[in-house]
Amino acid sequence: MGKIEWAMWANEQALASGLILLAGGIVGVAGQFRGWEFAAYAVAAGVFVCLLEYPRSKRAKGTSVERSGQYCFTVCVKAFGPLTRNYYVRAFLHAAICVPGGFMLATVLGCVCLGIASLIYLAAAIRGEHWEPILPRKDVRKPVAESIKNPPQNPPPRPPPETRRKQAKDLEGAAYDNPSSVTDD
Amino acid sequence: MKDEHRPHQPSATSSFCANKSSSESRKLFILLITSVYTNRNFLIMGNFVANEGLSIFVILVWLGINAFLFVHFYMAFLVDRWFYTRVLLGQALSWARAPAACLNFNCMLILLPVCRNLLSFLRGSIQFCSRTAARQLDRNLTFHKLVAYMIAFHTAVHIIAHLFNFEFFMDAQLNRNSSFLPFVLSEIGTDDNASFLNPIRSNETNPTIVMFTTIAGVTGVVITLALILIITSSMEVIRRSYFEVFWYTHHLFIIFFIGLVFHGYGRIVRGQTAGSQQTNKPHLCADRFEDWGKNESDCAVPEFAGNPPGTWKWVLGPMILYVCERLVRIYRSHQKVVITKVVMHPSKTLELQMRKKGFHMEVGQYVFIQCPSVSRHEWHPFTLTSAPEEDYFSAHIRIVGDWTQALYEACGGDKTETQEAWKLPKVAIDGPFGTASEDVFRYEVVMLVGAGIGVTPFASILKSVWYKRIQNNQEVFTKKIYFYWLCPETEAFEWFADLLQSLERQMAEKDVANFLSYNIYLTRWKETEAAHFRVHHEAENDPITGLKQKTLYGKPNWDNEFTNIASKHPGTKVGVFLCGPPQLGKSLEKQCLSHTEGDVKFIFNKENF
Repeated sequence: MGKIEWAMWANEQALASGLILLAGGIVGVAGQFRGWEFAAYAVAAGVFVCLLEYPRSKRAKGTSVERSGQYCFTVCVKAFGPLTRNYYVRAFLHAAICVPGGFMLATVLGCVCLGIASLIYLAAAIRGEHWEPILPRKDVRKPVAESIKNPPQNPPPRPPPETRRKQAKDLEGAAYDNPSSVTDD
Repeated sequence: MKDEHRPHQPSATSSFCANKSSSESRKLFILLITSVYTNRNFLIMGNFVANEGLSIFVILVWLGINAFLFVHFYMAFLVDRWFYTRVLLGQALSWARAPAACLNFNCMLILLPVCRNLLSFLRGSIQFCSRTAARQLDRNLTFHKLVAYMIAFHTAVHIIAHLFNFEFFMDAQLNRNSSFLPFVLSEIGTDDNASFLNPIRSNETNPTIVMFTTIAGVTGVVITLALILIITSSMEVIRRSYFEVFWYTHHLFIIFFIGLVFHGYGRIVRGQTAGSQQTNKPHLCADRFEDWGKNESDCAVPEFAGNPPGTWKWVLGPMILYVCERLVRIYRSHQKVVITKVVMHPSKTLELQMRKKGFHMEVGQYVFIQCPSVSRHEWHPFTLTSAPEEDYFSAHIRIVGDWTQALYEACGGDKTETQEAWKLPKVAIDGPFGTASEDVFRYEVVMLVGAGIGVTPFASILKSVWYKRIQNNQEVFTKKIYFYWLCPETEAFEWFADLLQSLERQMAEKDVANFLSYNIYLTRWKETEAAHFRVHHEAENDPITGLKQKTLYGKPNWDNEFTNIASKHPGTKVGVFLCGPPQLGKSLEKQCLSHTEGDVKFIFNKENF
């Protein structure tokens, strides 16, 4: 499948799973279902997964589109260094988080979805992908060279090569009138 | 790995010729609601209605049907037949059944907008009746997505309601007290296992186990998972960059529909049978449940049965239509296509000229191209750049990804000597499919706006114009074309500049130079180039394109352009066609709405992919 970055899909799946886990947990707690402790856990786990997965990683190839307002999350996630950078860690983390969700009906769906996300992250890790923060680019202006301060007094005597090549067929149009005289008189 | 398709550039920061994303549907809703509550400018609303009216109407009808089904089926479960079921479940029963009905309706609808051959056929037949109605069929993908969101919403409501139902059913089994009606009801049917009410038959289980041991439960989990995977892989980021993930995962819909049809086979939702309702009238007998079945009382033990599954009645038709659609695509793909000429243009553009028996196209249509030697399953859409009057059809393919690169190599692009004809790869074509460009010649005055590679469909139109007007000297309804090409870089000009040059020459020869007025805008340039342009400002031919018409720099002032055109052509309907990024579409649409006054009407058409 060419240059797929599995991590991008794993990220979408994990974010969705976090939301589903959260929703299932809220239903379980609000409805006071049997086993509501698992639902309470699912609420916390769902929130955690959402916070972890919200900042999108920078793509290895191509433009990265970040989610709105993700900058502060990026900074937080970046602070954990290799724990969040490495996708093996994420895969096992998600696998571990999803297990308690399987003990209660309301959170089973979130559990399975997170399990699938964990598998996709594993595939991404095996292919050597890792998480890169998307940070605002600082444009570095090239330092002004010394020679710029003394521009040449006279324009160059010939038009640049591009025009000559492009309009080889049309000599009239390619005629280049020098704005200032190049002869001495 | 989204290859170059009809003007689609994954590397561009904005998506060109994007199919109308969810922002479009959100915009429609917001525009509708604000225009209704604003009494400020009825004229704008009137134009809005002319442009968008039919879309709004269709969406309102669809929402109305959803609302009606929801309320109707909610009420349908408040009758006596479900009295005892409601003793166990309360209102959660209705909350589960109402979205189920809406799900039936929406799952029926979702397959229809993606039957593109059917839609193309319909579009052709409707075109004779109404231009506006035909345009609505371009919005098929937007509608598909709206229906998908609705399916996701109803699925959520349905699942949450059933979570409560399972909990209540379990409660009834766990509270083993004979003076407790729910328990008594749950005990019914333990002997014969046919007339039971509570699908949870014992107290030594839990809802999760029950879910995985019933048909409804298992199919429910499977199809919900399929739906979630389909939705996450359809997110714009994934769809634009990794098309294969999106396309292959989307085929989980097959599992979705099969599971959906079998979802109701367990008949897990049970109501009192008609016969039992005679012998046990709920309102009279509910309180006397301890005396049921005894000789003195006139209340027999109630009996329950489930409804036969009904989903298949909704989805069978569309499933068959979709199967036909795929068969048509397969059939069309097996028709022999011959590549007659391969042209390598600079700026990494490959032009394929092909012929196929019985192929007939209209201007601005697109085809799906497959090359089995490159990839067996990938079909990529490309706009046709040839005119219908030519004896071949062609597509200009930009090389941006794996597939296009491999196609380029298969056609001998990297070799210097000419290829033998028999060495060229076999290709398959599905299409052509119609787009809004077909409408161009129905307007007397036309504004064509193409951004970057989005100019491709207009190549076909301009060529066709040239053939009709100049070669065949036919009388065309279109009297004037204003063409705007916005380009961020000079490289993409090459092959199109050739076309414009030859048009310019032909028009000058035939003395019809004022038929086509074109403006090329360079929207981005490097500092090194800028100096060159300034110096060559006075030259007769443009330094970039070599055309007599000068390239303009920056973005066009649309207000001026529209006012200009409106003053030159009073009393006409002006068609505005755009192939470009959504932001440009928005601003053009605004201009269309605000400049439509008096008798000049600007009708906005956006290319849909």
